[in-house]
Amino acid sequence: MFTSSRSMFRLGAIAFAAACALGSLSAQATDITGAGSSFVYPVISKWSAAYAEKTGNQINYQSIGSGGGIAQIKAGTVDFGASDMPLDEATLAKFGFAQFPDVIGGIVPAFNVTGVAPGKLVLDGKTLAGIFLGTVSKWNDPAIAALNPGVRLPDAKITVVHRSDGSGTTFNFSDYLSKVDATWKSKVGEGTAVNWPTGIGGKGNEGVSAYIRQIPNSIGYVEYAYALKNNIGYAVMKNAAGKVVQPNTASFQAAAATADWASAKNFNLLMTNAPGADAWPITATSWVIVYKQPKNAANGKVILDFFKWSYENGQDAARSLDYVPLPANLVSQIENYWKTEIK
Amino acid sequence: MAPTPAHQLASDADRRSHRDARHDAWFRRLLKGCALLVLATLLGAALSTLWGGREVLFKDGFHFLTSSTWNPVADDYGALAPIYGTLVTSLIALVLAVPVSFGIALFLTEIAPNWLRGPVATAIELLASIPSIIYGMWGLFVFVPFMASIEPTLSDTLGKVPLIGKLFDGPPLGLGLLTAGIVLAVMILPFICAVMREVFQTVPTRLKESSYALGSTTWEVVWDIVLPYTRSAVIGGIFLGLGRALGETMAVTFVLGNAYDLSGSLLMPGTSISSSIANEFNEAVGTHRSALIALGFLLFVVTFIVLLIARLMLRRLSRREGN
Repeated sequence: MFTSSRSMFRLGAIAFAAACALGSLSAQATDITGAGSSFVYPVISKWSAAYAEKTGNQINYQSIGSGGGIAQIKAGTVDFGASDMPLDEATLAKFGFAQFPDVIGGIVPAFNVTGVAPGKLVLDGKTLAGIFLGTVSKWNDPAIAALNPGVRLPDAKITVVHRSDGSGTTFNFSDYLSKVDATWKSKVGEGTAVNWPTGIGGKGNEGVSAYIRQIPNSIGYVEYAYALKNNIGYAVMKNAAGKVVQPNTASFQAAAATADWASAKNFNLLMTNAPGADAWPITATSWVIVYKQPKNAANGKVILDFFKWSYENGQDAARSLDYVPLPANLVSQIENYWKTEIK
Repeated sequence: MAPTPAHQLASDADRRSHRDARHDAWFRRLLKGCALLVLATLLGAALSTLWGGREVLFKDGFHFLTSSTWNPVADDYGALAPIYGTLVTSLIALVLAVPVSFGIALFLTEIAPNWLRGPVATAIELLASIPSIIYGMWGLFVFVPFMASIEPTLSDTLGKVPLIGKLFDGPPLGLGLLTAGIVLAVMILPFICAVMREVFQTVPTRLKESSYALGSTTWEVVWDIVLPYTRSAVIGGIFLGLGRALGETMAVTFVLGNAYDLSGSLLMPGTSISSSIANEFNEAVGTHRSALIALGFLLFVVTFIVLLIARLMLRRLSRREGN
């Protein structure tokens, strides 16, 4: 017994020494921590794995929600935050933050109506707002019928499904409805959670998708990737230019490319209702929030290097997860912004 | 070995009894500490939720309690819909779970053959150990579609009955207060049932057999002998289940519909205190967060009031018995 416990001890000591040696080795590489939006979590983790392989720098990202991410970066406990909502000028100035977009995603109205095939339902902003306000309450309402000549719409009550949890998806969706409909703006407004005039709430994209699939004659909104994966019918939208567009990589990128970034200070702009002829109207991004003068300058450099790398090399990874990489003109604006704003 | 002198024996015994007394004192303090720790934890949790919710509770507490609006955009919060949803779903759960648990416990202790008692009792205890997220998933993917398929029938039959008709009037969504109540009933049933079975077994056979000897039926024995003998423990078990129903979060979130509506119909979606907190806490900042913490405090208050009612009920029952 004695010898075996001693050999155990020796083994432990060797293991400990090895761990120390390993630890001191990897300490040469930089460990970055980030926290925030769950929307970007899948793509950031995929990027960080590839980035770590190439550079040895670890990016640890915790998906705790945008609100949590903002709180953490304000407290200085993480190196960067990620939020589905841009911070306003005053907050950025007060805490010495800079912010820039990282990746694009689309939000689609998803529906379940027997006899109407996916992609065959056309909606515009006003009608969508009417449905979510409860004023357009039946599928054969004249407003929907006018947009869909030749589609047989049932005389059935519409069941609205929305998110029950606070989310960036809801924020962008409600922002779009506020931009296109004055009644929505005054009655409901925009936010990560809003006072829904009608409907039921599902938890997360998966909860909303499940409800839409189960409840006949329902409509909701989900991230594009979820509608694709879960095989739910999504609607196509008439955009700000009056053109009917399909949700896909090209239309999401068109929204990002035609949004008026140049006049938006600190990229404080939502891409919803973008003016481009081919732009998908409910396109969203999330923002990376960093310190303009990071306490640890080396860490600050690695963060920018990581996102620069992801803009250049992370495009396929983003596409494979149904995100859309930023268009080239936006990337060059972001890189200029880094030069002028971040020390 | 020489015998120990008597005076030394006495002092040994003295020393020992001193030591024992000292140990007893320490043991008492330790136990008291354990008990106080629970109180301190409870008090700490209650006070910190009160403090966290001060922005909403102290600024316009009355409005918070009486309004059913929940508008994070305008920072206008009212807790009426979540409180209503919590109470109604728990009540449905109790109404369904108590008679069934009673039946199962009765069957297992009085009627079932011996070889069946063990397996069924184990099965019920296993039910109690299923995590609530599993009930939520089952509810969402299996039970909600089932409810959606029977709800039109419910509306056409029970919905036509005067007085209670309004309760079953609504669109056949499958989710809502009734569905959540039934899922909760399944969840709390094992707790109530396990307690009932345990205490029914403690009834002395002498009493039961005397009653049988006087010609009582099984029902009479259970109703007049077993139940009165175990009454306070049975009520304790029921309130244990009720406590779980009031605080249940995940399962309810999946099947309740999460809409801040006050509706007279059980088929309509609603929300509960704990599911509101679970849904929105992650992305809530400022007043919104404060409102959610204030909801947490209200859950304390609601649970406390319910337990208080239970105590009063027990006291009244025992007074009626005259002891």
